[in-house]
Formats: sequence, C-alpha cells, structure tokens
Amino acid sequence: MLEIENLSVSYGKTPILRDVDVSVDAGEVVGIMGKNGVGKTTLVKAIIGLLEADAGTIRFDGRDVTDERADERARRGIGYIPQGRDVFPELTVEQNLKMGETINEASETLHYDTVYEYFPILEERRSQKAGTMSGGQQQMLAIGRALVGDPKLLLLDEPSEGIQPSIVQDLTRDLRELSADLGTTILFVEQNLHVVQNLSERCYAIDKGTIVDELEGDRLASRDEVAAYLAV
Amino acid sequence: MFEFDLYRVLSFAFQFLDSFAVIVLATVGLAIIFGMMGVINLAHGEFILVGAYATTLAFHAGAPLVLAMVIGVAITTVYGVILERTIIHRFYGRLLDSMVVTFGISIVMIQLTRIAFGNSLPQISTPFSSIGFGPYSYSTYRVALAGVALLTLVSLYWLFTRTDFGVRARATMQDADTARSMGVDTDRMYTSTFAIGSALAGLTGALYAPARSMNPEMGSGFLVEAFVAVVVGGPSVLLGTPLAGGLLGAVNAGFTTLGGTFIGQVAMLVAAILAIRLMPNGITGLIETIRQKRRERA
Repeated sequence: MLEIENLSVSYGKTPILRDVDVSVDAGEVVGIMGKNGVGKTTLVKAIIGLLEADAGTIRFDGRDVTDERADERARRGIGYIPQGRDVFPELTVEQNLKMGETINEASETLHYDTVYEYFPILEERRSQKAGTMSGGQQQMLAIGRALVGDPKLLLLDEPSEGIQPSIVQDLTRDLRELSADLGTTILFVEQNLHVVQNLSERCYAIDKGTIVDELEGDRLASRDEVAAYLAV
Repeated sequence: MFEFDLYRVLSFAFQFLDSFAVIVLATVGLAIIFGMMGVINLAHGEFILVGAYATTLAFHAGAPLVLAMVIGVAITTVYGVILERTIIHRFYGRLLDSMVVTFGISIVMIQLTRIAFGNSLPQISTPFSSIGFGPYSYSTYRVALAGVALLTLVSLYWLFTRTDFGVRARATMQDADTARSMGVDTDRMYTSTFAIGSALAGLTGALYAPARSMNPEMGSGFLVEAFVAVVVGGPSVLLGTPLAGGLLGAVNAGFTTLGGTFIGQVAMLVAAILAIRLMPNGITGLIETIRQKRRERA
C-alpha cells in the first residue's frame, strides 16, 4: 500500500531524513519509533505531502505521489492525524468531522456511525467548539475526523503526546479495534513504549534521520529491545 | 414639544440606519479578507471604486440600474481574482509586506482612474423618492441600504457557518496545513475567499454609485470607517462587523442628529478610540474572554 524508497528531506539547508526506506502492506499496523528530534514528524509530514522530498519516491496504492500536493494525497485516501491533534478550535465537533469527508474521494462510505460508536463523547458534544474540549477528547476527534472519510491509510503522528496514560491505553485499544473493524491500514510514529508494543504489528526504529532497525514478533514484545530506541 | 421629540427620534433612527449601512457595507469585504486570510487590504477602497465606476459606466452605457450593479460586482470580483492570483497570493503570511503592496495598488488604481476617466464621472441619480417628516427628509434608497446590509450579513453568516464551503474556508483560515491534509485545495480556497471579499467591495461600490459623487478618491471615504469597524469588531468578523456597525452607527447617528455630520464623524472616531482602549481585542475579543472565564469557572 505504501512504499517509501531512498527518501531524503531537509528543512532549508539542514538535512533531516536520509535515504529512508519504509513499506506498509494493506491491513498492517506499522510503527516507526524513535527519540525526540530524530525525524519522525518530518517523515509523516513528507508522506502526507506537507514537506517536499529532496530525493526518493513515495508510492501510495501503486501510484507515485512524490510530487502531489497534500490535498491530492488526502483525496487518494491518506487520513492524517497531526501531532498535538490540531483540531480546528473554532469549528464544532460535527464540523471538524465533516472536514474528514473529503479524504478518499473514491469511497462513498462515511464512518460517522463507527466513529460515534467508538467515541460516544463526540456525538454527545457534536455542537461544542473543538477548542473547548480536553486533550484526550481532541485526540478522539482528530482520529474520528481522519476516519470519517474511509481512509485506506491512517497516518498518526505521536497519538499519545500530551494525553493521560489511562486514556492512551484506551486509545491504543480503540485504534487496534478500528483497524480490524474497518480494515484500515495504520502507520504511526511514536516514542511511547506502551503504544509501540501494543499497537504495532511491526515497527521500524529511526535514529538521526535514518531507519536503523525493524522489529517484529519476540523482538517487538521485548521491553529492552524496544526501550533501546526510545528515551526510557 | 411631543412632535419635536418624535421627529428627532425618527431622524436618529434614519440616521442610524444610514450609518449602519455605510459601516457594514464598507466593512464586510475588508473584514472577510482580513479575518479569513490575515491580509490587510489597503486597496479595499479602490475595490469599492472599481464597483462604483463599473456600475456608473454600465448605467450610462444604457444598462438598467440593477443590471449595471450586477456588472459592477462581477467586474470587481474578476479584478480581485486577477490581483490575488498575480500579486497578493505571494504575500500571504507577510502582513507588513501585504500592506505595502496593497497600498501601492491603491495609489496606482487612483491615478489610473484619473488618467482614464478624469476627475469625476456624471453621477447616477438616486432611485426612489424621499421620506419626509416635519423638518426632516431622508432618502428612501439610503434607508433601504440598511436592509441590504442586514441581508448581506445574514447571507455571509449562512455561507460561512452552514455550508460545506464555509466550513472548509474557516478551517483553512484556522490551520491551512491541517485543512490541506484533509483534502482541501487551500490555494483555491484562498482565491475563492478573496473573490467573495472583492465581490462585497464591488457590491458596496455598486450600491453607493447612485448615492455618492464619483471621483477617483471616493474609495478612501469608505476606508476609514471600514478599518475602524474591523478593529472595533475584533477577531470574529462575522459577529464583529454587525456589532461594530451597530455601536459606531448609533454613536454617529446620535451625534449627527445633535450637532451635524462633522460632529457625528468626530464622535464616531472618539468612540472607536475609547472602544479600542477599553477592549484591545475588540468587541468579539471581549466576548470570547468573558466566555473563557465562564468556562473556567464551570
């Protein structure tokens, strides 16, 4: 579903990512873990198209999307959940969710029922301005917003950031169940050990802008193996 | 004594409707472009000028007044889109640069208008008759403009809060990157919003073509009131514009009734200075602060 080859990205003249190779198959839940400042967010932004690639290719659903704009990639079916949620604070919950309808224009399915089933608080507060909700509720809204339009690939940038540990556990469980229910492929970046181990089926480790390892099975289940790549 | 008071009340009411219409219609285009896109369009007055001149020229060429107004709005919209696509879009996120550029456009437009059409155009006579009461009389047309101003505000409120386009436009203005990653073509959204702001300026020019003298500086007359109202209204333009229009219009009308047009203008500017001093974030900024405090208490 997603193949990234030799991707290099810079901020101005400062190189951030160098020769990154990542692949995600349809239906997989894949993580990319690493400490602060190693290029996780840069990678996610490059995949959705908010940052331009200096070199390399990004193929999504069999098509080279490297030169496409972010809105074009979203309409092809990439749902993006930014770090810090970035809900639209002056829009209501319902209007925020409506924004997600544009994702994956090839699909006529809308997942309002599923979103409200997993996150009933969003239905209760559909008329409330998003900026007045708690961090955990805003994260639910950001996930719901990206899911409403039936994305093929869900891209999450540190979903646990700024969220209470108990809510992080619930979100991790919800994301796994949502992926199974809707068949949505998930690629996320994270530095929270619990999320990395409980959400991903396979996980890349990134350091200094380069993929340095790939873990699955027993290695991914090992706290020590995973913690070696995180600031824990 | 009773008759005298009644006439004064009526005079105040008509003056208020007139001031409200001028402030709201002069402001909406500027407020949409500033509030939604963060561009301070110092050429806003000349957008109004384009609407007024296009309407006047179309009318004198034989078009019925309503059709001439439609032509005026259309030409201003096209003019705005061309400017946005060729010049202004390069200055998004560069507040001071955009002010300098639009100020330059304003100067060029005034001089080009003078070169092309001279120092004035023959005015269109004001439609409808006057409403007379006691020693006072008011132009029915100018009073009717208050209704148009109100209708414009309601339409804009509906457009930006009840339609898909409006939700996407507001999302784009709040966080363009996230809106883009939700599939919104933000470049097109900026152009569309600028076109709406331009069309509103054109509408103001078209509506006031039969009510003001036509000269290359006519746009400047609207600009001061528009800027004052935008600042007094605060960050939420859809709510701020009518509130500022109401407040400043009431002050202007009250003092004009008491002491004439000049005193009314001075009082309105003094009221604006006081409002900015007491409410640095404008009326809607104050409302939001109060709401925030209530939420925190709850």
